[in-house]
Amino acid sequence: MALLEVNNLEVRFGLRSGEVTALRDINFSLERGERLGVVGESGAGKSVLGFSILNLLSKPGYIAGGEILFEGQNLAAMSPKQLRSIRGNRISMIFQDPMMTLNPVLTIGQQMVECLLAHRRISRTDARRIAVQKLKQVQIPSPETRIDQYPHELSGGMRQRIVIAIGLLMDPDIIIADEPTTALDVTIQAEIMDLMLDLCERNSVALMLITHDLGIVSQMTRQAMVMYAGRIIEQGPTKEIINDAQHPYTQGLMNALPQMALPGQRLNQIRGSMPPLQNIPTGCAFNPRCDYVMDACRHELPGFTRSGGCRVACHMVAQMKLEEEAAARALEVN
Amino acid sequence: MNAQAKSLVQIRDLYKRFSISGDFLDQLKFRGGKLVREQQHVHAINGVNLDVQRGEALCVVGESGCGKSTIARTVMGLLKPSAGSISYGGERIDHLSDRQILPYRRKMQMIFQNPYASLNPRMTIAQTLEEPVRFHNPKASATEVRDKVHEVMQSVGIDPSWGKRFSHEFSGGQRQRISIARALAVDPEFIVADEPISALDVSIQAQVLNLMMDAQESRNLTYLFITHDLSVVEHFGTRVAVMYLGSLCELAPTKALFATPRHPYSQALLSAIPRLEDGRPAHIRLQGEVSTPVNLPSGCVFHGRCPHANERCSREIPTLIATSEGGQVACHAVQEGRF
Ligand SMILES: Nc1ncnc2c1ncn2[C@@H]1O[C@H](COP(=O)(O)OP(=O)(O)OP(=O)(O)O)[C@@H](O)[C@H]1O
Ligand SMILES: Nc1ncnc2c1ncn2[C@@H]1O[C@H](COP(=O)(O)OP(=O)(O)OP(=O)(O)O)[C@@H](O)[C@H]1O
Ligand code: SF4
Ligand code: SF4
Ligand SMILES: [Mg+2]
Ligand SMILES: [Mg+2]
Repeated sequence: MALLEVNNLEVRFGLRSGEVTALRDINFSLERGERLGVVGESGAGKSVLGFSILNLLSKPGYIAGGEILFEGQNLAAMSPKQLRSIRGNRISMIFQDPMMTLNPVLTIGQQMVECLLAHRRISRTDARRIAVQKLKQVQIPSPETRIDQYPHELSGGMRQRIVIAIGLLMDPDIIIADEPTTALDVTIQAEIMDLMLDLCERNSVALMLITHDLGIVSQMTRQAMVMYAGRIIEQGPTKEIINDAQHPYTQGLMNALPQMALPGQRLNQIRGSMPPLQNIPTGCAFNPRCDYVMDACRHELPGFTRSGGCRVACHMVAQMKLEEEAAARALEVN
Repeated sequence: MNAQAKSLVQIRDLYKRFSISGDFLDQLKFRGGKLVREQQHVHAINGVNLDVQRGEALCVVGESGCGKSTIARTVMGLLKPSAGSISYGGERIDHLSDRQILPYRRKMQMIFQNPYASLNPRMTIAQTLEEPVRFHNPKASATEVRDKVHEVMQSVGIDPSWGKRFSHEFSGGQRQRISIARALAVDPEFIVADEPISALDVSIQAQVLNLMMDAQESRNLTYLFITHDLSVVEHFGTRVAVMYLGSLCELAPTKALFATPRHPYSQALLSAIPRLEDGRPAHIRLQGEVSTPVNLPSGCVFHGRCPHANERCSREIPTLIATSEGGQVACHAVQEGRF
């Protein structure tokens, strides 16, 4: 049994202007110690996916279908009380903005100790000792004094490290990190990524890393999924996706990177932009921007095709595979 | 060409401090039983010398808070220097009156990071673009203004039919193109772009960068380009200025900087770029705490985190020296040849 298994997840928003579907046909699983990257552009649904796993969607969002199995139990059907015992304890979440996690009027220590006392039967002294030890793990210098400081007294990099320490406080099985370093500089980002890799490896924590930075995905994860307009359009081993993307959108993203053009030359842009949820084109959502668009793309939702170790939702890829197979069969016959 | 004619903008011994102590009463503190006045400052820029050469794209990189935007805003005249000077085309512009600076306002344009905040939501796109053209060409006829606006709209790939719509109806990439069109509408020579693509998606970033490169070529523009995305710098920059805590660490032709960064901070910065190759990041680990511009360290601003720091570094501020790669670097270790 996978540690986490998401089947046919569908998420909707009940907006005044009508219902919109934010996520559909989401299927993936996460093993213990696995590291999964979730990539895609702004508005693709990455954060909605992160939130929905812990059923943290805020109104008007709701899970409209599918299941989220954590050790076989369906999180989507759990009571708020049951969920609270899992949230922060077995599965923890790290957000882009550390101030979403940190309470500005409490010291770092107060927040960590309260969190520990809420989930464990231990004394206050023990809780503080564990908190100091976690701060040490994320390389906060002089943790015994830092623990009594308020969030605003710390630098951005240090705050984010503290959020990670809080995320690790309960020795969770899964960490969902939503753009954990986007607000930080590259030197600090690199330190924090290193730290998270270390901690995940050492404690076999599974990591679901949400980001739009393909460089980070390539360095941090072994599996990846690419999202577009609320669907997964390509998923498989990170290496294959980075080196040999099959879906035209993934290819477009890779080619648009400045590294992919000679210095001073024009970059390979994708025309147009991602559609809003209210206005997702029928058929393949990418079809108005796609160079390979065919008739079927405009009215038929592409299903998944296997290609190497990946699954790709694209009519063109499906057709290519069919032709390849036909050619292989023809060879066999002759 | 001699050096004078080549450089369009000259930043000389620039300092910029911001007071953060509030008003007079907030500054009064009891110390040892006596009432004293205490003022705290952010030392955002500390003695920067930098020239922008005609036709180049000079990129400024560095950590958040190192003073990139402050440089941009001081060059544009939006902030007054605490000390030092800014010259444009050989003329000092930092102490001009609002009236005297007008002709420079047309030649120098700024593009901001946030395409959502920098456009007036109550104006249509056409109004947004016509306003600066009229302001700087008061004698232009309505037709001339309209023609000019059409021309820039076309050059940035905005359909002229968008003119009647409001900015909130457009995506981030489209709005940033509108901001660029507004900057280009007055035929500037020099554009200061402060993180113009940071808020945009990868595929949209490419559109906007292409547009800026096209405009540079067709209009012979000079850019001061501020960004923290080093892969963009590598692609777009003619030269790169690396800053740390309000000081210039290194200035070098882009190729030279990426091939052989000389300053220890440049090296750490470049090694930290997430690359597409997989495997563990082999970046240089910096130890030590990040200093703040409120309590500026003595000597080299980087010495608290620098793996090559020695006693001299904590005492003496390094000055820029020329490198064999055609750049400049401010580091005692490089100067002493011990690194
Ligand atoms: N509370 C909400 N009500 C209505 N729509 C929402 C709500 N939250 C998110 N959405 C919509 O859901 C879609 C997916 O949003 P999401 O925040 O998951 O994107 P994302 O992939 O995380 O993007 P980013 O990279 O910008 O963080 C967007 O179109 C967004 O506008
Ligand atoms: N108006 C102001 N009042 C007080 N301090 C300021 C002001 N403007 C900037 N600062 C401070 O000056 C320093 C330099 O800021 P600046 O905005 O130039 O940094 P930056 O390099 O552009 O950073 P970022 O990459 O985050 O945009 C920072 O410490 C900042 O907090
Ligand atoms: S399904 Fe069609 S439109 Fe969509 S990505 Fe594939 S080829 Fe392009
Ligand atoms: S001057 Fe000293 S502290 Fe500064 S960068 Fe050079 S070696 Fe490091
Ligand atoms: Mg998000
Ligand atoms: Mg800035």
